[in-house]
Amino acid sequence: MHSPITLAKTLALGAGLGALMWSAAASAQAPIKVGVLHSLSGTMAISETTLKDTVLMMVDDINKKGGLLGRKVEAVVVDPASNWPLFAEKARELITKEKVSVVFGCWTSVSRKSVLPVFEELNGLLFYPVQYEGEESSKNVFYTGAAPNQQAIPAVEYLMSAEGGAAKRWVLAGTDYVYPRTTNKILEAFLKSKGVPAEDIMINYTPFGHSDWQTIVADIKKFASAGKKTAVVSTINGDANVPFYKELANAGISAKDIPVVAFSVGEEELAGIDTKNLVGHLAAWNYFQSVKNPVNDGFIKQWKTFIKSDKRVTNDPMEATYIGFKMWAQAVMQAGTADVDAVRQAMYGQKVKAPGGFNSVMNTNHHLSKPVYIGEIRPDGQFNVVWKTKGPVKADAWSKFIPESAKLTADWTYPWVCGNCEKPKFGKYE
Amino acid sequence: MSCLRLAILLIVAFWSVPAAAQDVSELIRQLGESDPKPAIEALAKQDDPKAKAALEALAKGLLFRRLEDGAVVIGDPDGKMFAITNAETGDVEDMLEPDKIEVIALDAAAKGLLEQAGIGGAKAAVPLDFAGAVKGLNADSFDTKRTAIDQLTALGDGRAIPVLQALADGRLFSRKSDGLIVIGDPDGNRLRLTDASTLKVVGIGDAGDLDPVFINNNLRNVVSEAVGKLGLLSPDAGQRRRAADALIGNATPDAVGLLRKAFAEERNGDVRSAMALAIASAEVAAEDKGARLAAVDVLAGSTDLRVRSLLQARLAAETDPNVRAAVQIAFDSVQRKLQVIGWAANLFQGISLGSVLLLAAIGLAITFGVMGVINMAHGEMIMLGAYTTYVTQEVFRAFIPQAYFDLYLLCAVPAGFAVAALAGIALERGVIRFLYGRALETLLATWGISLILQQLVRTVFGAPNKEVSNPSWMTGGFDLVGGFTVTWNRLVIILFCFLVLGAIALILRRTSFGLHMRAVTQNRDMAAAMGIPTARIDAMTFGLGSGVAGMAGVALSQIGNVSPNLGQIYIVDSFLVVVFGGVGSLAGTLVGAMSLGIVNKLLEPVAGAVLGKVAILVAIILFIQRRPRGLFALKGRAADA
Repeated sequence: MHSPITLAKTLALGAGLGALMWSAAASAQAPIKVGVLHSLSGTMAISETTLKDTVLMMVDDINKKGGLLGRKVEAVVVDPASNWPLFAEKARELITKEKVSVVFGCWTSVSRKSVLPVFEELNGLLFYPVQYEGEESSKNVFYTGAAPNQQAIPAVEYLMSAEGGAAKRWVLAGTDYVYPRTTNKILEAFLKSKGVPAEDIMINYTPFGHSDWQTIVADIKKFASAGKKTAVVSTINGDANVPFYKELANAGISAKDIPVVAFSVGEEELAGIDTKNLVGHLAAWNYFQSVKNPVNDGFIKQWKTFIKSDKRVTNDPMEATYIGFKMWAQAVMQAGTADVDAVRQAMYGQKVKAPGGFNSVMNTNHHLSKPVYIGEIRPDGQFNVVWKTKGPVKADAWSKFIPESAKLTADWTYPWVCGNCEKPKFGKYE
Repeated sequence: MSCLRLAILLIVAFWSVPAAAQDVSELIRQLGESDPKPAIEALAKQDDPKAKAALEALAKGLLFRRLEDGAVVIGDPDGKMFAITNAETGDVEDMLEPDKIEVIALDAAAKGLLEQAGIGGAKAAVPLDFAGAVKGLNADSFDTKRTAIDQLTALGDGRAIPVLQALADGRLFSRKSDGLIVIGDPDGNRLRLTDASTLKVVGIGDAGDLDPVFINNNLRNVVSEAVGKLGLLSPDAGQRRRAADALIGNATPDAVGLLRKAFAEERNGDVRSAMALAIASAEVAAEDKGARLAAVDVLAGSTDLRVRSLLQARLAAETDPNVRAAVQIAFDSVQRKLQVIGWAANLFQGISLGSVLLLAAIGLAITFGVMGVINMAHGEMIMLGAYTTYVTQEVFRAFIPQAYFDLYLLCAVPAGFAVAALAGIALERGVIRFLYGRALETLLATWGISLILQQLVRTVFGAPNKEVSNPSWMTGGFDLVGGFTVTWNRLVIILFCFLVLGAIALILRRTSFGLHMRAVTQNRDMAAAMGIPTARIDAMTFGLGSGVAGMAGVALSQIGNVSPNLGQIYIVDSFLVVVFGGVGSLAGTLVGAMSLGIVNKLLEPVAGAVLGKVAILVAIILFIQRRPRGLFALKGRAADA
């Protein structure tokens, strides 16, 4: 005899099972969320908007190819408005409220430093696509831009070589914040290790958005008149560059006399500049739009189609975003889940054919191996590669030229499992 | 060497027999074992690109064992590192330091085997004729280009000069259709092409059909040295002067000979003195004491920075006491002159910075100074002016013949004024008039409006900077005296700024609108009772102030960025100038801007740009504590109203 209770139980069980199956099916359908943390307003919008579009392009691409693990990928875009504390707030919102699996974001080092504690506290995953000063390796961040030994040091070595003009005196000019200060500290140590005396190095800092360069250009001219070949290494931040180059050109200094090699001037920045003053000056990057290879051709075509404009250009941080996204997607496929810890494990050794040439490989110090290019500015705002390394260079998270950081190792696999250790710390349980 | 790697990559990419691949890979791995001879023999028989590449690298001593994993790799030296190609797979892998790899050594028998197999190829022939050397200019590597330039110079062929000049100016191209090296000279919108090896005109072409022949700065210097020496004999006086100028302090003995010859024939005074200076700069290190003394005498009259360092170096090297004393006197005299020039240059730069500050602040002096409205959107009026300049430029580019392009800036001035003035009037009528007398609300409302305007411009024009080019009459500068370059754009802006200031003063003092304006701001009720339409005057005044800000934007677009954030750079400085100079006083604004500019520029060389700015801010805060009404305080009833 059936008791009504058993019947109800069976029904409930059935309903429960059904609900379970339905929710499982739903979760298979629920998209994988990708956070985009780039400023769309304020000072940094000029550079970061493009990176937001690059992530959207990649999301669009992967969805067209059937998504990831059979799920759609959905981009969650927030605007931290070039406001550093707001970066931390928005990062927290992305991880806790939106529950994103990964975040692509940040440009300035100060914004990265601002979100770092949030990502470490909540065990999030950040892909940071911009060249930076190094001296950092967080378990929760993958750095796809250049470290100083992939950009600054090779550039200076080039200028020192006979081919680059055999410079003997150095002006290190930068905007006054953490990236130029740290980079110049490394460069100064490097130059001194090469036997450049202190009086042949001039270091100069200017405020953000500095627009009156008369005094500094006159100083550079004076410094260069000492008879030795002089070169300027510029870590001047985006917006201050235009008046700087204009002043140089108006003062009659050409790239032939005093070459300027810049680390923050790329195709995107040149699109807003009257380039006739800049021809012959140099920039060091891991990617130029003018690099010829099939992967880059495809990348440029994909970008122009996505943004629906033939005039838009590609640049190094965009390439770094592209590599980062592809690596993350491959790691998710390999791990079979978008779970942060599993994806992190799958990231090490992940290879992507980079538009900059060669395979970019993610190393266990969370930095990439990339080739280094030095390009000369052309009248059309593109770069003509005048020098390149013959293969990819592995990034040093900690510079070899600063004594206190030369001792440190970043390696997130056994036996180190540490971002800044002098030797592995083995645990002993006896 | 890079060719070798490229070849490996290419060949490996086209290679498609996976079964044989494993064999070859296995054999290559065996090259790294203690006795490579069997593997060499086996590989030599293989018709396989990877095998060939590995054996060739082995013959050259460039095949290595990677210590980390024992893989056999080809190492291509690149600076202090080695570029690594995995010989077994053909993949390019991370570059390595020399201590991370170990070369695979060969004994005599192994070398014999390689020779038997015929490994190692012939070198390409070196071109020796003119046409061959010209072709060499378009080589892939800069080293080959350098060789080609040297050959061209060494051939002593007069035809080389136009070719080298074209190379230095970026006018040398390779025609895409047949690879012919041509010189392209602008001919309307197209290029007239001259065959570089025969100097015969070969037709007309478009830039799209041509690949530029690239060079780098080092090669530019090599070329300009070669061409520069010949420039001493040029019929153009300006070119002779430049050539002589370039030789100051670095003339080689044969260049000195050429200089003397040119000097003897030279009639132009300017060029003569430049040549004399160049000769003296070489003579100062001569063997003969008399020649040294004479050279020092010539150098003492110069104000060239290079001469100063030359004398300084001489001071350290000179052994003869008489000459030493003369050098010391000459050095002191040059040093003194340079110091005076340095101060003059600082003063000019100060006035120039002051004029930029003044331009940015004049508009504010009217809206804030005269009307008392704290307008935080003032900077955005400047930005609107700058964007109007950009639009005007684009219109000129699209519709007006190239020859008149330089005039776009003159049209942009009234356009910038009109756009910003209309925006200002709309702002006053729409928002500010409801908030008169409520300073805090005005401040917040205009702050919000400034953000809206920024984002609006960002949406319409996009976030990246816009390119505004200087008209040719605002490009470059002239050397006033040694090391003091006056740049045209700065000079034009100084003049423009005084013109604007004069015009405003005239409007305020000499027109009825100016009279009404002053009446309304001094006593609104009385002015209304006299029949002055106060509301209209308010709108017009605000429009005038905004319009002037728009004109400032036109000027500032010539020295800085045109971006949505343009205004924010100037807003703080503008308020500083107006408050420091005294609210409501045009003369105060002028003196305030100039003194801030000059003090800033005098401080900058001593304290650096960052500290200098901080010092100025502190000084102004202290000053305002002492004199809250600024430099030129208004006195009487108007000030208390």
